[in-house]
Amino acid sequence: MAVRVDPARFDPGAEINAFSKGVGNAGAVVSFTGVVRDVAGGLSAMEIEHYPGMTGKAIAAIVDEAKSRWSLADALVIHRYGRLEAGEMIMMVATASRHRVDAFQAAEYLMDYLKSRAPFWKKELTRDGAEWVEARDEDEAALNRW
Amino acid sequence: MIEVLYFAWVRERIGLPREKIETGAKTVSDLVDELRGREDRYAAAFEDLRALRVAIDQELTDFNASLEGAREVAFFPPMTGG
Repeated sequence: MAVRVDPARFDPGAEINAFSKGVGNAGAVVSFTGVVRDVAGGLSAMEIEHYPGMTGKAIAAIVDEAKSRWSLADALVIHRYGRLEAGEMIMMVATASRHRVDAFQAAEYLMDYLKSRAPFWKKELTRDGAEWVEARDEDEAALNRW
Repeated sequence: MIEVLYFAWVRERIGLPREKIETGAKTVSDLVDELRGREDRYAAAFEDLRALRVAIDQELTDFNASLEGAREVAFFPPMTGG
């Protein structure tokens, strides 16, 4: 299980290849990659702030919970912070399991919790100025399905 | 002495990322009331607690939580990771 919180760009293809090689005889690898959207207002960049003392611990706790709920051979979470341009990768999650259901569900669980329980805050920078992204009620509601 | 941290628009409204505070506050709510009374920028940041989240020593908690033994308290808006 690996958690990386890092401002540096990453290569999702290379990450999935490396991750897949290390999962032994797990038959399923699922991954999700989040990309900075180019919104209607003409997004030029995004700034992501985080809480360094808490981020690693919070993500590790989310991954541990996923491990206790599903049978996972391995899991990977990469999340960037700092300034990101439109089209850049923000984060990725990968899960590996013997059968696909565990990998799919654990990946969705990780995404739902990373969105609302990992201490990151996004600020969109557009032609019209800078604005903090607001958490949506749907994101909070998504936690209740688990 | 408690280290108080602010993130995102809370940090912007207050105008600083962290500060050390000497306080006798027993709970997070008491600390918020104390901060609100300081200056307008604090009152603006803590205007609506429903829009805020709080962590004590890097663990999410609620505004009724006790500050006993707390070293670090952080205030921030709902998180927007992923």
